[in-house]
Amino acid sequence: MDEFSRLSLHVPEPAVRPGGQPDFSNVKIPKAGSVPRPEVDVAPEEIRDLAFSIIRVLNRDGEAVGPWAGLLSDAELLSGLRHMMMLRAFDARMLMAQRQGKTSFYMQHLGEEAVSCAFRRALRKGDMNFPTYRQAGLLIADDYPMVEMMNQIFSNESDPCHGRQLPVMYTSKEHGFFTISGNLATQYVQAVGWAMASAIKNDTRIAAGWIGDGSTAESDFHSALVFASTYRAPVILNIVNNQWAISTFQGIARGGSGTFAARGLGFGIPALRVDGNDYLAVYAVARWAAERARRNLGPTLIEYVTYRVGAHSTSDDPSAYRPKTESEAWPLGDPVLRLKKHLIVRGAWSEERHAQAEAEIMDEVIQAQKQAESHGTLHAGGKPSVRDIFEGVYAEMPPHIRRQRQKAGY
Amino acid sequence: MARMTMIEAVRSAMDVSMARDENVVVFGEDVGYFGGVFRCTQGLQAKYGKTRCFDAPISESGIVGTAIGMAAYGLKPCVEIQFADYMYPAYDQITQEAARIRYRSNGDFTCPIVLRMPTGGGIFGGQTHSQSPEALFTHVCGLKVIVPSNPYDAKGLLISAIEDPDPVMFLEPKRLYNGPFDGHHERPVTAWSKHELGDVPEGHYTIPIGKAEIRRKGSAVTVVAYGTMVHVALAAAEETGIDAEVIDLRSLLPLDLDTIVQSVTKTGRCVVVHEATLTSGFGAELVSLVQEHCFYHLEAPVVRVTGWDTPYPHAQEWDYFPGPARVGRALTEVMEA
Ligand SMILES: Cc1ncc(C[n+]2csc(CCOP(=O)(O)OP(=O)(O)O)c2C)c(N)n1
Ligand SMILES: [Mg+2]
Repeated sequence: MDEFSRLSLHVPEPAVRPGGQPDFSNVKIPKAGSVPRPEVDVAPEEIRDLAFSIIRVLNRDGEAVGPWAGLLSDAELLSGLRHMMMLRAFDARMLMAQRQGKTSFYMQHLGEEAVSCAFRRALRKGDMNFPTYRQAGLLIADDYPMVEMMNQIFSNESDPCHGRQLPVMYTSKEHGFFTISGNLATQYVQAVGWAMASAIKNDTRIAAGWIGDGSTAESDFHSALVFASTYRAPVILNIVNNQWAISTFQGIARGGSGTFAARGLGFGIPALRVDGNDYLAVYAVARWAAERARRNLGPTLIEYVTYRVGAHSTSDDPSAYRPKTESEAWPLGDPVLRLKKHLIVRGAWSEERHAQAEAEIMDEVIQAQKQAESHGTLHAGGKPSVRDIFEGVYAEMPPHIRRQRQKAGY
Repeated sequence: MARMTMIEAVRSAMDVSMARDENVVVFGEDVGYFGGVFRCTQGLQAKYGKTRCFDAPISESGIVGTAIGMAAYGLKPCVEIQFADYMYPAYDQITQEAARIRYRSNGDFTCPIVLRMPTGGGIFGGQTHSQSPEALFTHVCGLKVIVPSNPYDAKGLLISAIEDPDPVMFLEPKRLYNGPFDGHHERPVTAWSKHELGDVPEGHYTIPIGKAEIRRKGSAVTVVAYGTMVHVALAAAEETGIDAEVIDLRSLLPLDLDTIVQSVTKTGRCVVVHEATLTSGFGAELVSLVQEHCFYHLEAPVVRVTGWDTPYPHAQEWDYFPGPARVGRALTEVMEA
């Protein structure tokens, strides 16, 4: 008799599917303020626990508590709230514009606004992000003109990318925002290269790589970790775990590893998990990691635990693969409402001022949209030229492309 | 017979194959519970269980690498690459591994895998949802390359691909998923239900890999095309009134050279059409073959109509896509040469 029975394949499944009762009881949420804040030069092996916990600052009553609290002033928090509200209003308008046929495609941030908005605050001018399509908060929080973003989304005559790129694939060297690629994970390792370059040149600037939970499965993710680890690159490696990769739940990419942050441990990279819906916690952890990078202590891996409230993109309908009410059951709440509550508790904000700000911000976004639309939308008004198809493939247009441009009549 | 879209036809091919052969497994990004972003695998997990149809991590090299391992064991994986534009992380596994396992092991190991991938533009997908990388596969020895142009062929060819003993790249022109598309983007879409090739047998049938099909008989000029461009070429022939013979290659590798040579020998003129970029595209191979085999029958230089040598633009999609007007001009040009 053989002591082994027959094998069977393990295929992970999410806890619930449409029709089921949303259930996040498996997401262990530590109390706000309960996770210690180590010194930035701590040895990675001493903080392995931080890869399995969740750093949180805002408690249920809207107070900022614990060792990661106390870093931001009222004014800074108010501007943070404004950035998140702006991003949310921007998303709402652009989603509607897509439905109206003014653009082909859009991707929103609903529920994840704190991650990119708060992170931006921990960077300095000159630092470089290598973002995915879900970090427009990096631009908004850096006061990149919203009209330019809309021009890009509408592929109009003022589109800085001349209609060449898919909507939301922004680029801005000036604002530390590397050109977004549609191919997942490729840019994660590029961020490490940029950071290595800064170190090679004895510069003071640092880089940040961005990736989604699902995309950590790509080889480029692992390449990024090994290069960052080997060369102690001054880079912050961000994983935005919003629980879903289109229809695929995070368990498919995570596998048997307890958390995504824990991926860093085998590489000797300090790895932290943070409440991605807590503006204060995101900022505190990002600042910790940025300080490590600036002190030449090397990379930090951060997992932001959050939830993708909206559809993956305008081409997606999540009701086909997850319960409709799942986002309401998400235990970490809404980042905008949580910061609002905190500011009210601090005495720096009120319901009335919030409602008024909401109206003002929406008005600002609508004004920007009007201005952008005066330069055209995807199918109406001002357009980029057909000439633009042929420009910019090379610094200097080779003869064969020139011939093709002429053949096209331009 | 049933009326099927190309999506339904592809799904039916997998369904029939999974029912007939327990070794057929289907996986890829979002293909399990959800049934794929284009819904090509919808219902297969429910029907065959999650160990025969499942979601993969977002790792194309992982998907193809594990498929190769499964094939080495004896399974027949039919995997989906969500968009052809995302096959590049798997290119090493495809070109250095899948394509050469039979050769380097002298048949000790083989690699009967199918890689399905939506390809081509026409959906405002920009540079990362529109590419046509077929020439990157035809240039690799050991791969077969198929591009169907309609539901009937898609099903028969996909079943053949799954039953084939070697690795097959199966490129599905996504603009044809829901209806024949002749490049007239300004007109209302037509559905496959109104097209005779949307009539698809529900059961098992195969179409041999390596056999082209003549879609329009003609005597003035031969148009060699595949995928979406077959429909564009047919429209161009109608609109110019030029009596073109339109060949739908269906399989690029192996290639049905006889059908091409017979036709060009008869017409004396040839236009090659594809959506992929011009330089080193599959059209270059076709033109060389026509030159080698039909030189003394040619009345005019062979002309290529292709995508421009640039990334696929988003807003200027219809100035990039080689539509019926451009194909029509090429037909006129070779007729007047
Ligand atoms: C190399 C590659 N493979 C597949 C895709 C298709 N795709 C686009 S987004 C996406 C899901 C990404 O999920 P995640 O990394 O969790 O990021 P999120 O969208 O949740 O922010 C997939 C599979 C792609 N863009 N690139
Ligand atoms: Mg995700």
